[in-house]
Amino acid sequence: MVVRVIIKKDTFRDSITLMKISNQVSGIKGVSNAGVVMATPLNKKLLKDVGFSEKEIEKTDQNDLVVAIEADDQSTLDKAVKEAEELLSSKESSEKTRSNPRTLDSALEQMKDANLVTISVPGRFAKREAMKALEKGLNVFLFSSNVSLDDELELKRMAMDKNLLMMGPDCGTAIINGVVLGFGNKVRQGYVGLVSASGTGLQEVSTLLNAEGLGVSQAIGTGGNDLSEKVGGMMMIEGIRRLEQDKKTRVIIIISKPPNPKTTQRVLEMATQCKKPVIVNFLGERVDLKKAPNCTSATTLEEAVRIASKLIGKKSATPIAAPNEEEMLQTARSESERFSSIQKYVRGLFSGGTLCYESQYILKPLVGEVYSNAPVNQKYKIQGDGPSKEHTCIDMGSSEFVEGRLHPIIDFTLRKRRIIEEAKNPQTAVILLDVVLGYAAHPNPAGELVPLIIQAKNSAVEAGRFLSLVASVVGTDKDPQDLQKQLVELRKAGVVIMPSNAQAAKVAALIALRGSTRRV
Amino acid sequence: MTSKPKRSNLLELKLKVINIGIDTFSEALKEQGVDVIHVDWIPPAGGDEKMLELLDRLSK
Repeated sequence: MVVRVIIKKDTFRDSITLMKISNQVSGIKGVSNAGVVMATPLNKKLLKDVGFSEKEIEKTDQNDLVVAIEADDQSTLDKAVKEAEELLSSKESSEKTRSNPRTLDSALEQMKDANLVTISVPGRFAKREAMKALEKGLNVFLFSSNVSLDDELELKRMAMDKNLLMMGPDCGTAIINGVVLGFGNKVRQGYVGLVSASGTGLQEVSTLLNAEGLGVSQAIGTGGNDLSEKVGGMMMIEGIRRLEQDKKTRVIIIISKPPNPKTTQRVLEMATQCKKPVIVNFLGERVDLKKAPNCTSATTLEEAVRIASKLIGKKSATPIAAPNEEEMLQTARSESERFSSIQKYVRGLFSGGTLCYESQYILKPLVGEVYSNAPVNQKYKIQGDGPSKEHTCIDMGSSEFVEGRLHPIIDFTLRKRRIIEEAKNPQTAVILLDVVLGYAAHPNPAGELVPLIIQAKNSAVEAGRFLSLVASVVGTDKDPQDLQKQLVELRKAGVVIMPSNAQAAKVAALIALRGSTRRV
Repeated sequence: MTSKPKRSNLLELKLKVINIGIDTFSEALKEQGVDVIHVDWIPPAGGDEKMLELLDRLSK
């Protein structure tokens, strides 16, 4: 085995470009390991984890680019290094000839009537870019995470002063006037307006609305920390206000993890005074709204959609299949038939933070406490990159996994690695997954997952076990990936597919309980 | 107290977007028929945060 590490000081390439180059070099026959990455602490750790422990990597900082390749022999290594160098420089030259602007100012010269800036630069530069946009009177959609709460507060205060929308930081998706920003799904336009602190929560609700035959008027993302005590739900309150005025919106759904009491009170004050019906979906929490006739509480994303459907009065031709306890139990019995005596744990690996959170809430009353890097109860917190413990749900899109890397909705590398790890564990009974389709997402998630799932299932059988996989797919038939094709391929690989994340989590629990509703 | 500037509400406008960062987001907008300009962003001042701070102070 031969290894080469090349450091390119003060060289930047965006994470999509680097992922493509890494994948291309890794695919060369005889290359056993390859990483072309920015030298962030996370990427350096990941390189070390896969065996690149060269000292020069340790000396780099996050402005440097690392090319690390391991191959079977010298000639393959030379070929792989040459390929990586060529890909890096071809991207560089193509950027120079494309004549795209390099700054917001020069972009504005080309588009004087721009009204929105979408930003996805590394977190430490994000506030600077967002501030420049707000100063120029432009609305902002800020995808970047790792921005401090103080900076978020400053950005949102400025936006409010200027009467602008500041969606984010850490805003995964929004749908404005039918246009999907960031990650998001092609859903029909309609009468339900959403304000969401959760990107995948928004995606789950908008796609389930679509499945119900309903549509979305506007979906405003606030960013994951908007309802923190410090920021106080500033953009969620502004979002409700804007949807109240929006002529197309008839019903409003607000989505968040349960906020702190102070922020809850501020947001509910706005919701209860709203002239339109508001469905309050603070995940897992039944909010007391008896004194507010216009408000209804929903504890799951799916329940929020059902209430909206009732309020709009639309009878869908293809409603989301209602949870059928008996069918679920039957699935659970047949999936668990070939379990070994020690298989008992659910291991959830999510690209969506809210889907991870919702699953914990569904699993707990059935299987008991659930450990997580983003736990419902802090007592059960574990490190995301550490081993699982009993029942575990990992949010693979949390900031610890995406520093200098792409989100797991696009880049399956780390989730695939974790699936293999969980599948090898003899106590794992069920692996629970979310598969998120839509714009900017991976072009073929089933293509990434299916070979791995087949391999994992076969290895389990060889070891005298049966590995159960359960998933829900967040998507629509109009999405670029083709929902039906994804479903067919996953089912063919033996994955139990459920119509919503909540139902997938419930079935996973029932399988771990071997088709009983009581703990074994 | 000064009143907030009267500005058109984004929810009532045809989107005209400048995308700074990952170009996949520009591509997705183009696919949807949206007017978008992509900025080929690179870290300003070579990513040197102290230098950046200085530059920002000078430009104010």
